[in-house]
Amino acid sequence: MGKTSRFLSPTWLAILTPLAAVVAALAVGALLLLALGVDPVAAYASMFQGAFGSLNSVADTLVKATPLLLVGVGICIAFRGGMLNIGGEGQLIVGGLAATAAVLALRAWPAWALIPVGLALGFLAGAAWGAVPGVLKARLQVNEILTTIMMNAIAIQALNYLLRGPLMDPEQVSKGSFIPQTARFTLAADLPRLVPTRLHAGFLLAVIVAILAWVLLWRTTIGFRIRAVGLNPFASRRAGMRVSRYGILAMVLSGALAGLAGAVQVMGVNHRMFTDGSSAGFTGAAGFNGIVAALFGLLHPIGTIPAAVFFGGLIVGANAMQRAMQIPSAMITALNGLLVIFVVSSDIWRRRMVQRQQKAEVASALGAASGAEQAAPT
Amino acid sequence: MRKLYLSTAVLIIAALFLGACGTAAPTEAPTQEPTQAPAPPEATAVPAEPFRVAVVMPSAINDLAFSQSMYDALLAVQAEMGGPAAFEIAYSEGMFVIEDAAAAIRDYASQGFDLVIAHGSQYGSSLQEIAPDFPDTSFAWGTTVDTFGLPNVFAYEARSEQGGYVNGVLAAMYSRSGKIGVIGPIETGDAKLYVDGFTAGVTATDPEATVATIWTGSFSDTALASQAAQTHIDAGADVLTGTAQMVTGAIGVAQESGVSWFGTQSNQASLAPEIVFASQVYHWEVVLTEMIALIQGGTLGGQSFAIDLANRGLVIERNKDFPVGPDEHLQFALNETIKGIVDGSIVIPVGE
Amino acid sequence: MIQDLLSPAVLAGIVYSGIRLATPYLYAALGETIGQLSGVLNLGVEGMMLMGAYAGFYLTYRTGDPWLGLLAAILMGAILGLANALITVTFRAEQGISGIGVFLFGLGMSELLFQKTLGSVATVSGFPPIRLPFLGDLPVVGDLLFNHNLMVYAAYLLVPLVWLVLNRTTWGLKIKSAGQNPAAADALGVSITRVRYATVTVGGILASVAGASLSIALLNVFQQNLTSGMGFIAVALVYFGGWSPLGALAGSLLFSTVNALQNWIQVLGIPIAPDFALMLPYVLTILMLVVPFRKARQPAALTKPFERGEG
Repeated sequence: MGKTSRFLSPTWLAILTPLAAVVAALAVGALLLLALGVDPVAAYASMFQGAFGSLNSVADTLVKATPLLLVGVGICIAFRGGMLNIGGEGQLIVGGLAATAAVLALRAWPAWALIPVGLALGFLAGAAWGAVPGVLKARLQVNEILTTIMMNAIAIQALNYLLRGPLMDPEQVSKGSFIPQTARFTLAADLPRLVPTRLHAGFLLAVIVAILAWVLLWRTTIGFRIRAVGLNPFASRRAGMRVSRYGILAMVLSGALAGLAGAVQVMGVNHRMFTDGSSAGFTGAAGFNGIVAALFGLLHPIGTIPAAVFFGGLIVGANAMQRAMQIPSAMITALNGLLVIFVVSSDIWRRRMVQRQQKAEVASALGAASGAEQAAPT
Repeated sequence: MRKLYLSTAVLIIAALFLGACGTAAPTEAPTQEPTQAPAPPEATAVPAEPFRVAVVMPSAINDLAFSQSMYDALLAVQAEMGGPAAFEIAYSEGMFVIEDAAAAIRDYASQGFDLVIAHGSQYGSSLQEIAPDFPDTSFAWGTTVDTFGLPNVFAYEARSEQGGYVNGVLAAMYSRSGKIGVIGPIETGDAKLYVDGFTAGVTATDPEATVATIWTGSFSDTALASQAAQTHIDAGADVLTGTAQMVTGAIGVAQESGVSWFGTQSNQASLAPEIVFASQVYHWEVVLTEMIALIQGGTLGGQSFAIDLANRGLVIERNKDFPVGPDEHLQFALNETIKGIVDGSIVIPVGE
Repeated sequence: MIQDLLSPAVLAGIVYSGIRLATPYLYAALGETIGQLSGVLNLGVEGMMLMGAYAGFYLTYRTGDPWLGLLAAILMGAILGLANALITVTFRAEQGISGIGVFLFGLGMSELLFQKTLGSVATVSGFPPIRLPFLGDLPVVGDLLFNHNLMVYAAYLLVPLVWLVLNRTTWGLKIKSAGQNPAAADALGVSITRVRYATVTVGGILASVAGASLSIALLNVFQQNLTSGMGFIAVALVYFGGWSPLGALAGSLLFSTVNALQNWIQVLGIPIAPDFALMLPYVLTILMLVVPFRKARQPAALTKPFERGEG
């Protein structure tokens, strides 16, 4: 098998390995479906149809991919800076809330002014929510996993408070139905639609952000320092970098992009804020799934673009499969879990093959000379 | 490398094993029959085209609360209309992600279902966008009174404050300590109406009694609900009530401490027969049959419905197994309160 | 009103309830502590708790015997723990992400199993409270500390046990060396793989038992998403506790006690919006760590898969 791998470039490996893992996970899923008495071929056909089968379903997939992409790009930045941001859920919520508050307050504003302000406020609120774990980690060595988990819970309660109180739609109060949602935004706050589907401009924005993030990380000194700090804080410190500053920056940017995703979600999809007492009702668990999308994209902002679309399609398709086959939605959640586990476990094959290739190249370059046995970088 | 293959095999086998124990286990007693099962040939004459209903719900169909109340109602309508051959039900449960629910609503509409029910007030704005695209499909949305002025949207709500009030009256009469505990999710919507009604019922019956409410900030946090129940009991409460699917945790604690419970949304007596006094049960079939009749008559929406005590969409179901002793005065109070609410002599204040 | 919080009855209620509901956090956090000390982060605790809660509930429901339920939870935990070890140790998967996969799998699978094997919400009679002889008759403390069910006692007994294993046995030494300096430990002949397989499996068992403590001892019900986030809190508490069993104990108690306090704030009608009261445990947990005191350092090799020189 070493021979075949020689013909695959690392890029191809990076695409094919996770795909093979997806196929393996779907195969296990097929057995589950069989056990549930569902024809797996028909089920997966309906899944594909639901995700990519028509213009509308492609639009749905891209809409679903938008927050995954924004959060995922943020995860890439944080990860490169040595931070694991699992606070995406909370950051999405505060971003959505900030945009909501702005849009509701500025009802008279025209679209060209209102949309940038709403998005910017979402970005800033997410940045602030990400800054707290960043600062606590960098200055006080409080682990960011702890802080982000707690901050997620705090954001949900803040959301509940605002939506049953100050932000509740006055009409809900006067009608006596007390549904925890805001008034619908003015039409000026709606992100423009790209084609006559649900697809909104937020997706384009997310793609641009991903490209900008790539430029930032690989074409600027700030990005270089973020990556250096993440790779080796000790060496970076010795090289005169302020390690804590770049760690905080990575977390702030990561939070800001999740916040932006919240603003995009509320202005592009929901057009009002609401709560059901959980975070996933609003976020669709994008705070977690974005991490997965980033991984699919090898923690690279550009790679995250197709990865987010792919994963968005999986979610949309899985829901379509649930409807077509009338299988319990829990099955879909379990299948998602299997997918993540298989993909994340498969990466070792890719690394092994790349390693093997490099070794082979080194060996052939040095001929049969002895001492070619070097530790290849992973 | 070989080790890796071996391990892969092990992982796959483990996954298979877990999958197998998931499904090999026999489907037993309390499971609802899947509605998609091919219908046995019906002897009675059924229309060639079945009436097709799809429902999208935030939690599971077996939550003993909001979602189950709708699912049970659909099954009841189905039984009445002559089984799956005449009345087809499709459902999407666990649709707490609004966006996914919207996709489901749109999809069911484009599949030509006669009635698509968005069973959750949080689905309203999605429905407002979708319904105009499918003028020949009828939609129903609850719980709310708002049809958005659309000709193909029905709205439905539960006047849960009414049953809350009745439960409150009974709770006040039954409590010895005069301390009554309420466990709620977030102070909004259906939960707020129920809790406000309950509190009003208690204070109207026994002004000396105190009602304390603990909000858990979640619809699903069973552990928090159980801790809330424990706190009420420690504070001296001898009667509890609560709403949302998480209350199963509270009922468990109440059962352990022998404290009685008043249920709402679904009949919760099955969970703890010794302590559940009565449940306010939502019988959505009352409004569903009205809607279906209208749809078959060509009216696709534009009206709003409510289940209440008067139309028997809300029913206070006493638990026969509850050991209460001589209870004529309780039954009398129950009947009188319902009568008062129905004829308007009792006005329930909500939303102060 | 606020002074009511300090009345003996209320304080006793807070302490009792705090002790009781610290149980699931404690099991899960102890398991996570052991795993992290050996260098493996398990973010999937929540999913494992749900699977354990289901397994324990199912067997208890079918047989009426909570001991069999507990056994089922332990077995389930061992299977999931081994699978997780395979993922994180053998496949060297990125642990922050594989944990999310385990969480999703457990969340979906437990609900699917529940729907297919039970169908609707039911209760079981789980482990009953046991008033300990002699100790349980002591005034005040007898009621508060010695009138709990078996799984509560066992959780607290695990704390010194885990502490002893970690700090007074060669096993503990091996675990910590695997997490601090796996290369050196490996050179000394410690099998990092074996150590981490063991700790991750134990972590799985404890997470699963944590879930079962809810479904067959504290709540005696099972339903969709029974744990609703407790597993993630348990992971956070490990950082809070600075990778020590005593720290995990302190964190679990703090968290559940503040939650009990928060409930009392609402019952007593103290005018704080319930949403803010509900934030208290989370805010306090962060604030406690902002106070600058000696910080435990995280295991140097945490989340870093071990690879000996060449594969």
